[in-house]
Amino acid sequence: MSEEVKTTGPLEYRTNEGQMTILGFWIFLGAEVVLFSTLFATYAVLFGRTADAPTPAELFEPGTVLIMTFLLLTSSFTCGLAVHEMRRGSVKGLTRWMLVTLVLGLGFLGFEIYEFIHYAHEGATIQSSAYWSGFFILAGTHGLHVTLGIGWAFALLHQISKRGITNVTSRKFFIISLYWHFLDVIWIFIFTSVYLIGMVL
Amino acid sequence: MNIKALLVDGDPLIYGAMVSIGLVTVAILFLLTYFKKWGWLWREWLTTVDHKKIGIMYILSALVMLFRGGMDAMMMRVQLAFPDLGFLDSQHYNEIFTTHGTIMIIFMAMPFLIGLMNIIVPLQIGARDFAFPYLNALSFWAFFMGAMLFNISFVIGGSPDAGWTSYTPLSGAAMSPGPGQNFYLMGLQLSGIGTLATGINLMVTILKMRAPGMKLFHMPIFTWSTLVTSFIIVFAFPILTIALALLTIDRIFGSQFFTLTGEGLPMMWANLFWMWGHPEVYIVILPAFGIFSEVIATFAKKRLFGYSAMVWSMIIIALLSFLVWVHHFFTMGAGAFVNSVFSVSTMLIAVPTGVKIFNWLATLYKSKIEFSVAMLWALAFIPSFILGGVTGVMLGMAAADFQFHNSYFLIAHFHYVLIAGTVFACFAGLVYWYPKMFGHKMNERIGKWAFWFFVIGFHVCFFPQYFLGLDGMPRRLFITNVVEWLPLNVISTVGAFGMGIGFAIFVYNVYYSYRHSERETTGDSWNGNGRTLEWATTTPVPYYNFATVPHVDEIDPYVRMKKEGKTTFDEPNVKPIHMPSYTGRPFIMMAFLGLASFGLVFEWIWLAIVGLIGGIIFMILRTYDYDEGYYVSVEEIKRTERKARGL
Repeated sequence: MSEEVKTTGPLEYRTNEGQMTILGFWIFLGAEVVLFSTLFATYAVLFGRTADAPTPAELFEPGTVLIMTFLLLTSSFTCGLAVHEMRRGSVKGLTRWMLVTLVLGLGFLGFEIYEFIHYAHEGATIQSSAYWSGFFILAGTHGLHVTLGIGWAFALLHQISKRGITNVTSRKFFIISLYWHFLDVIWIFIFTSVYLIGMVL
Repeated sequence: MNIKALLVDGDPLIYGAMVSIGLVTVAILFLLTYFKKWGWLWREWLTTVDHKKIGIMYILSALVMLFRGGMDAMMMRVQLAFPDLGFLDSQHYNEIFTTHGTIMIIFMAMPFLIGLMNIIVPLQIGARDFAFPYLNALSFWAFFMGAMLFNISFVIGGSPDAGWTSYTPLSGAAMSPGPGQNFYLMGLQLSGIGTLATGINLMVTILKMRAPGMKLFHMPIFTWSTLVTSFIIVFAFPILTIALALLTIDRIFGSQFFTLTGEGLPMMWANLFWMWGHPEVYIVILPAFGIFSEVIATFAKKRLFGYSAMVWSMIIIALLSFLVWVHHFFTMGAGAFVNSVFSVSTMLIAVPTGVKIFNWLATLYKSKIEFSVAMLWALAFIPSFILGGVTGVMLGMAAADFQFHNSYFLIAHFHYVLIAGTVFACFAGLVYWYPKMFGHKMNERIGKWAFWFFVIGFHVCFFPQYFLGLDGMPRRLFITNVVEWLPLNVISTVGAFGMGIGFAIFVYNVYYSYRHSERETTGDSWNGNGRTLEWATTTPVPYYNFATVPHVDEIDPYVRMKKEGKTTFDEPNVKPIHMPSYTGRPFIMMAFLGLASFGLVFEWIWLAIVGLIGGIIFMILRTYDYDEGYYVSVEEIKRTERKARGL
């Protein structure tokens, strides 16, 4: 616990505490990589084990998934813009771009929920086969992360509107931006290794 | 479900346990009320974020769990020595070997070591606390709630009975209905989250909070072992999280990951479990290596031989630990090539481990050894662990493993490494750092009695089991009335009771020393032989640890500090110290998540949701928490230090 505060550099890195928290979050993301890797591995092992349920090639639709991908990738970009505004010290710019980010994230979630319900109607649920268990848990874990991230971001926006951009709030916001980009990276892998491969094979 | 269906009934042993649990609970409540200690309990312990106090709570819980796991072991040994007595029935026996294994690994070995890390690592690197003290409290309460959840299983709902490895499909909903397996899944999940958080916390603490000038290769070896262990935790525990979650979803929500229907793959559980489980073995052995290194260097009174080789061998062991998991199921039928690869990687681990053994021997070579109790544990470790290690290499040979697999040969092997490695280290570390924690030493004479009973009992108990295994006795068998096996089983049981007596003496020693041991006057308890920074603090350690943090530019910095007459109280340079505030939130939050887990165990989804909402509310409170801690004033530091140092 050092109390020295630097006067230069990005706000979130100026205190020792800020630096440590950010490093801790990077390590946490490392653990998250392992967590998702395990889910991807499980999914890969169970690929094709659809039992009596429909196959992914029958159900996956390129349209929906492309829209979801577009929404999430754009949200990652706008999240970057929000951090850029934070560095400029603009609460207004930060809030505006983060709200755009969250709307895009909510859109993504909406499509995902629609997609899951659609699959369930077609006879592919978490219970119908090992493959679909793997699919729903992998995509669902990502979706759950997005949901948590949205709630968390709203709480942070509220805090920033009350406290402005300080060493502490900028650290918090920087961390959620890392989290948001991370979810984007995971989605790229889901898009390619689940949807694209699922549609082809 | 009514209360009668909830409670386990029909077995006098369990009735006895219920009565004793009830009596102990009433006694604790009575004592706390009678001595008006409720406020003290809340203010000093339940709300603490001090790493030293959290460490003490970890170790205390671990000792209780060692008692519980030990009782399980004794009951198994009684059954195996007198199979015709009908002491346990098959169901009860299954439950007992399951809880014994799970408790010893998850709720005894890890918390014990994490407790020692909690107390010692910040002191060794010159830090005032963990990087994230709030998170540290959260980790402890996660472990504690998980442990309690797991332990109530044998009176409420029934214990898990599918072995500590919980292999599917046996542990799936079809073959193990009821709450038993859910207790296993949720108890481990909850405490596993705590362990993961501790891993991250320790890593940041060690990487970012070292004393000025202290490079990574100046760190004490126990801190190094903790850093390496933290890496393993961070990369292995998420695998367990997922494995447990998938099986939970299988059991409660009907997915098909490990089932026999829906094209599920039961053997995938074995893979996931051991991809975590093998690194887990090193999570509990590397810190043990660290403790032995410290103890051996102190009581051989010289610098640890081959410091860098020690560090690199730990790093190599950590990397290899992720590449050997298949050796736990060579007989699964992965094929000759796969088995060969994992056989070779397994045997490779013997190389860095051998390096460490020779380094310890070289440290001892031509030194003036002081045979204190801590040192005795360390010295007993070396030959005992080698026996475990060599039989491990035998098991690692895939072709031979088909003969040893699931026999008592395996049981003997892993008890030789886990007891001689981890348990001996826990005892050595506790005895060694005891004066730092409590301000007095454990009595050496009684400690030696405990040591000899335990160590001799250990060899008498487990050495015969190698031969039982070679004679074909399989593990997890409750009727063993084969005439050839009986004598060795009886001998083994005698040894187990020897260990039990040793443990009882050890616990008695805690009480005896509290009453009669001389209070420590210096911080450097072991005849001034301390080499690392934890001995530079006063005893008892002030809550801010270091009044001033010394500049460090070598291994074993305290040796030179003593020569130059430097202390951690450089009076003119004392500055106000920033400290975190105590808070009861981690405790309450984890109590809610414990409630949620309890709900999931009985598949009462409404209760799980209530608990989860409570947990989320506390997360939201946390993000709105702008408590910045407080500063300890210079006057207070000076007053404390002057008093403690007799200035």
